[in-house]
Amino acid sequence: MNNGLPLLTLAIWVPILSGLLVLATGSDRNAATARWLALAGAIAGFAVAIPLATGFDTASHSMQFIELTSWIERFRIRYHLGIDGISLLLILLNSFTTVLVVIAGWKVIDSRVGQYMAAFLVMSGLMNGVFAALDAMLFYVFFEATLIPMFIIIGVWGGPNRVYAAVKFFLYTLLGSLLMLVALIYLYNTAGGSFSIADFHALPLGATAQLLVFLAFLVAFAVKVPMWPVHTWLPDAHVEAPTGGSVVLAAIALKLGGYGFIRFSLPIAPDASHDLAGLMIALSLIAVVYIGLVALVQTDMKKLIAYSSISHMGFVTLGLFLFDRLATQGAVIQMISHGFISGALFLCVGVLYDRLHSRQIADYGGVVNRMPVFAAFFMLFALANSGLPGTSGFVGEFLVIMGAMKINFWIAFAAATTLVFGAAYTLWMYKRVVFGAVANDHVGELQDIDAREWLFLALLAAAVLAIGLYPAPLNAVLEAPVSDLLAHVAKSKLPGN
Amino acid sequence: MTLPVADYIAAWPEILLLTMVCVILVADLFLRDDQRGTTYFLSLATLAMCVGVIVVSARPGVHFALNGMFVDDPMADVLKVMVCIAVAAMLVYSRQYAMQRGMFRGELFTLVLFATLGMMVMISANHLLTLYLGLELLSLSLYALVALQRDSKDNTEAAMKYFVLGALASGMLLYGMSMIYGATGHLEIPKIAQAIAGGEANGTILVFGLVFVVAGIGFKLGAVPFHMWVPDVYQGAPTAITLLISSAPKLAAFAFVMRLLVESLGAHALQVEWRQMLILLAVASMAVGNITAIAQTNLKRMLAYSTISHMGFMLLGVLAGDLNGYGASMFYVSVYTLTSLGAFGMIMLLARDGFEADRLEDFKGLNRRNPWLAFLMMLLMFSMAGLPPTVGFYAKLAVLQAVVNVDQVWIAIVAVLFSLVGAFYYLRVVRLMYFDEPTDNTPIRGDAGVRLLLSANGLAALLIGIMPGWLMALCQRAIQASL
Repeated sequence: MNNGLPLLTLAIWVPILSGLLVLATGSDRNAATARWLALAGAIAGFAVAIPLATGFDTASHSMQFIELTSWIERFRIRYHLGIDGISLLLILLNSFTTVLVVIAGWKVIDSRVGQYMAAFLVMSGLMNGVFAALDAMLFYVFFEATLIPMFIIIGVWGGPNRVYAAVKFFLYTLLGSLLMLVALIYLYNTAGGSFSIADFHALPLGATAQLLVFLAFLVAFAVKVPMWPVHTWLPDAHVEAPTGGSVVLAAIALKLGGYGFIRFSLPIAPDASHDLAGLMIALSLIAVVYIGLVALVQTDMKKLIAYSSISHMGFVTLGLFLFDRLATQGAVIQMISHGFISGALFLCVGVLYDRLHSRQIADYGGVVNRMPVFAAFFMLFALANSGLPGTSGFVGEFLVIMGAMKINFWIAFAAATTLVFGAAYTLWMYKRVVFGAVANDHVGELQDIDAREWLFLALLAAAVLAIGLYPAPLNAVLEAPVSDLLAHVAKSKLPGN
Repeated sequence: MTLPVADYIAAWPEILLLTMVCVILVADLFLRDDQRGTTYFLSLATLAMCVGVIVVSARPGVHFALNGMFVDDPMADVLKVMVCIAVAAMLVYSRQYAMQRGMFRGELFTLVLFATLGMMVMISANHLLTLYLGLELLSLSLYALVALQRDSKDNTEAAMKYFVLGALASGMLLYGMSMIYGATGHLEIPKIAQAIAGGEANGTILVFGLVFVVAGIGFKLGAVPFHMWVPDVYQGAPTAITLLISSAPKLAAFAFVMRLLVESLGAHALQVEWRQMLILLAVASMAVGNITAIAQTNLKRMLAYSTISHMGFMLLGVLAGDLNGYGASMFYVSVYTLTSLGAFGMIMLLARDGFEADRLEDFKGLNRRNPWLAFLMMLLMFSMAGLPPTVGFYAKLAVLQAVVNVDQVWIAIVAVLFSLVGAFYYLRVVRLMYFDEPTDNTPIRGDAGVRLLLSANGLAALLIGIMPGWLMALCQRAIQASL
């Protein structure tokens, strides 16, 4: 199965070590070296993730590519890696996105290039670690460590208000994860001295304990997702971050929250999950509907996409707390699809921003006259974001709405409004930016995308269409982990059951 | 009476150190000012020899010596080795700084070594008087060191404050010790414990004594509400001495807490009493330390408040009141010493003649001026903030696990919330270094030794963070073998 190579270790450490290598190139005199090294590292990182996909056994219900070594004896913390279908998809998404981000930052970033590229590579490795960790403390270390490169990325290469955004991002997410740390330690003690996630899953817990543990996890993961009302860091962070930062934030970092719910909250505290499902569904629907409306009135493109992200991530939490097979699968597919679409939209805005240095919708108009190829790509992603059938955006949302319909018509109805609002804010923005007559002289001077930009947009377009037209492989990979998850959540952990 | 030779083995490192200090003291008289380097190397060699002797003479188990005045156990060995390393690092870091300020004189070295001797005596004390003797040797050396630049108003003021409050604390401590003596009739630590366990002691007097002892400990650790001296002394003292005060003595203070509270007054009934007091001290320290640090613009002062909060965290492990907790505390204090050394070392490296580099603005744009130093400082700051993958995280993890383990989950929650507050001001340093442009573009000079040591120190914060198991296990084994 894993033909002897520790593939997951490679998926984590190849990007991190190549990041350090890039860092060693030093000052901007060696910027070209740093760029090529970073590209090589990112591609190598993706290359080591491919055997994970080809060697993956979709029929298996257990973790695959297991690696297990003792790490910190004193607390029996183990270097324990392994993946199921959900982690596999997220690792592939992450490794793929890293390549795009390196290409996207190729020309745009001209100061401290080495540090920029290194931060992304290190982060990519850490994210893979989060998705592959089967030991709760190992998970936590990776989870927290991702904050550091992201903080630096926003703060160093971000927009005018970057310092505020970076600190807000950092403190918000740290607050959540510190409470999770206490919960993990509590579980460790209750489990008789083990940080193994599998042991946590099997641990019987009383109602109060479950509730508290669930709430601690909720703070951590809700901030990451982000759920309403703890979402306010996200628009700030997105707007100020450089394009690459926004892409990674939207495509990968937000997924840590959804993944956390799947790996921790639901299986560890199933009874509390059921008890609080109403609250979670309500919060998710607020995110979907209310944040969708907020997106409608944005004048800044990045902010609009940021709010759209929150609204779409609402589908993930909604799908997870319906405890339905279709909805859960839909939630995971939505995570993957949102990774591609929001990444693509941020890259599109980046393409425009690099040329005009403005994110305001009002500064554009008639872009199609000067950039027809770009307009076509942008169109595809805008439609995917609105949930057009045939794109990946449709699959996840549709499955979640189907699942909701089985449970309650009104939940499904509220969720379905996103198809209207999503189309409204995305396409209205698209119309104002792209169509019409050339709005001003700056737009008149625009050049269409070059080969580099064409490359990353085309790669994303292919991914969005592939998932949209033929989602069966995704469903096959998700079949086993989703049914395991549902079986786990359905079983009460209360003593006496 | 006859003293068996084996009796002295326990005190070999101290005997060696004392002899060498006397040799250095005399030898230094015959050196000209430009030959002061000899004193420096002799001092380093002395510390290295001490480490050697401690390691070679380390024996498993607990050994009492000098008629029960002195004890040699694995905890003492480990702590003493750390103290010697920390003091040696302090000497290396401060060499250039001291030279520029005319402090590179014999007094510096002899006083530092006497302070080291004081710490070692404290760590190995098995008798309240030995404990007090070590403490005073340390404190008096530190008072003098703070005032080493006698023409500096700031230094003298800091020394004065330190001395007055330190003397007050010693008074409290002695008063408490006298009550313990009155209640139990013993000064020897194991005998005190026996007397209490045997129920011979007068409970009321004992509890009164305990209160005074805890207050004295609070003063020495700089725990709230006995912390007032810490910021003033940290800021007022020359950075080299601040570095000394904030590093190795914390290791000794940990031993001090262990010997007094755990070994002598560790009986269950008393433990309940001191646990309550320590909870108050710890929570107040974390709160005041972290919140007040936000308002500081002087880095030394900020780190002083940060020390206060770290001492609060360290007390968490002690108040857990079991071997697990003591081991966690010991790990915490060693990690704290490591990061504190690095942070002050960085300030001294950036300082130059007539410029202290102790304001936060002085770190602006360090990433532009020297990316490697900025990276190291970032590691140190994140380690202080307790973020993985740096070693500071595991220190926090260990003490938090210890308090959760004794069902004090609420303290753990309070602690993490205050460490979130703490993250804010550590983050500010990182922010200044990375996000701002430099206002001062003077090239950073520093001898290769300092740079090398600083690199090792900063990287240790990361590398021990990636492989923290051995240090945790070392601390835990030392505690288990000693109690």
